[in-house]
Amino acid sequence: MIEQIDSTKIKILNEKANKIRELIIEMLLTAGSGHSAGSLGMADIFTAFYFHILNQDPKNPNMKDRDRLILSNGHICPVRYAAMALRGYFDISELQTLRKINSRLQGHPHRTSLPGVETSSGPLGEGLSQGIGIALAAKIDKARYQVYVIASDGEHQEGNIWEAAMFAGKMKLNNLTLVIDRNNIQIDGFTEDIMPLEPMIDKYKSFNWHVIEVDGHNIESFINAINEAKSIFEKPTVIIAHTIPGKGVDFMEKDYLWHGSPPNKEQAKEALQELRTLGNKIISEHQ
Amino acid sequence: MLNKDLYLNENIFENPTLEATRDGYGKALLQLGEENPNIVVLTADLAESTRVDGFEKKFPDRFFDCGVAEQNMAAIAAGLGVSGKTAYISSYAVFSPGKNWETLRTTVVYNHSNVKIAGHHSGIMTGPDGPTHQATEDIAITRCWPKMKVIVPADSIEAYKATYNSSKSEDPYYIRFTRDKTPIITTSETPYDEGKIQTFWISNNPQVTIAATGYMLYYALIAALNLQKDGIETEVLNVSSIKPLDQDTILKSVSRTNAIITIEDHQVDGGMGSAISEMLSRTRPTLQEFIGLQNTFAESGDTKDLIEKYGLSAKSIQEKTLNLIKRKNG
Repeated sequence: MIEQIDSTKIKILNEKANKIRELIIEMLLTAGSGHSAGSLGMADIFTAFYFHILNQDPKNPNMKDRDRLILSNGHICPVRYAAMALRGYFDISELQTLRKINSRLQGHPHRTSLPGVETSSGPLGEGLSQGIGIALAAKIDKARYQVYVIASDGEHQEGNIWEAAMFAGKMKLNNLTLVIDRNNIQIDGFTEDIMPLEPMIDKYKSFNWHVIEVDGHNIESFINAINEAKSIFEKPTVIIAHTIPGKGVDFMEKDYLWHGSPPNKEQAKEALQELRTLGNKIISEHQ
Repeated sequence: MLNKDLYLNENIFENPTLEATRDGYGKALLQLGEENPNIVVLTADLAESTRVDGFEKKFPDRFFDCGVAEQNMAAIAAGLGVSGKTAYISSYAVFSPGKNWETLRTTVVYNHSNVKIAGHHSGIMTGPDGPTHQATEDIAITRCWPKMKVIVPADSIEAYKATYNSSKSEDPYYIRFTRDKTPIITTSETPYDEGKIQTFWISNNPQVTIAATGYMLYYALIAALNLQKDGIETEVLNVSSIKPLDQDTILKSVSRTNAIITIEDHQVDGGMGSAISEMLSRTRPTLQEFIGLQNTFAESGDTKDLIEKYGLSAKSIQEKTLNLIKRKNG
């Protein structure tokens, strides 16, 4: 089981998540393109993974029995890159190379470019299947690592996801956990307007999955859900994490127009001010 | 004459033994399964017809039937391939690499995962099922992938060797197989050197280079034999590796003949002939004729009739060779 967390650790993790959000804004500003909303929305979950859940070693990213974190919706890679840099996989200054020529930080993740990135992703709907393949390899090898796949809600409109859901249910892959970023937006609008996904819980249950719903900004609840997933023996588990797109930056929150856009200089300034003062609750020397 | 150095089957013109290339694939997988615990095999509801049912019976823990879901099969294999496994995925070429092309591009090729794509029922040889099941674009859509290996075995023995050999590399491969039984041209003694083109038919003074891929090699050899009877000497190359392409052997041959004819059961656009043409236009522009599907799908029918109608027969190769000689001398 993953260690339970106390209030001190929660405070530290929340600070890390806030720092990750700052790094996301800074890197997207420099890049001049990229996806703001989903990256910010998943900062808490990536913090939980990189600073509490994953059995990984940043100095040995190919460690044999490392837990695997697969990012299916590759477009939110700024949050992954920021979390990895903060965790020590590479220098934070490298974040400024995102989407630039000669960078290891491709606009969508490339496995062979950056150690610690488990799969190349971007085209939607393919991550769960790859996670299944990795989980099957672990079963064959009798290895004890866990496979975590992060997927978006919008990419559940891809047929491949349901092919994979069927397969994982059939194989009872209990070493596989899917985390869905349920932020309700996609490029063209709200998911339920574009192509309704609900009822997601019933859908996964009917595919023989164990289903958990959590607040994706409550790190403690999320860690508890991961522990619950690890205790389920007969089925794969899906954690439907309800998140607020653009979380932490007031003018970005819940606005689908921020799905695929970066902030400009003024907007970045405003966003960083809000993040660094925790919404004007504290005084920051950086403001 | 047949190249004696290659230990080819000497009875091929009189009474050839027949076996489908897919059978060579299935046998190689059984052998690999015995030798290598990291070999895994996946199919999308086509275990028997892609000849992986034997592997399924013998190694059930390393065999995964994904149901009718080729994208899922591709990406699951990609996950296995980045986790120390060598994954062979078996379906009809129309579906894999056809239907799942982008999934393969991203999760296997760009991701550099150790996956070997076995495309079965390729070409108009798939016959009665009709164009929906006759993959005639698969070479084009795989050879455009960076650093991809694209192999089309000429017979079941070469199919065995190509499959077996592919396991030694961690690179992605596309290997193309056909359904019907076709003449066994090579023997177990025939050397297999992946990426090298072998000259199966040699002459003292060849006037045309005939380059064939897959089972079409047999038709090329018949054409060469018939042309020789008419006093026309040729060289026949077995282009089983389309990517990488053995530039040296082709250049050596066309430097003697100054004319090349390419034969494939595939669209001429983007196929093996195109690959050779691209290379020659960069190095030594050479007169070329292309045999294959000419801007058309085929139709249902017996294989033999289709090969005749769509101009892939030995007779067609002979006619095109004569035309090419006229062009060269005209």
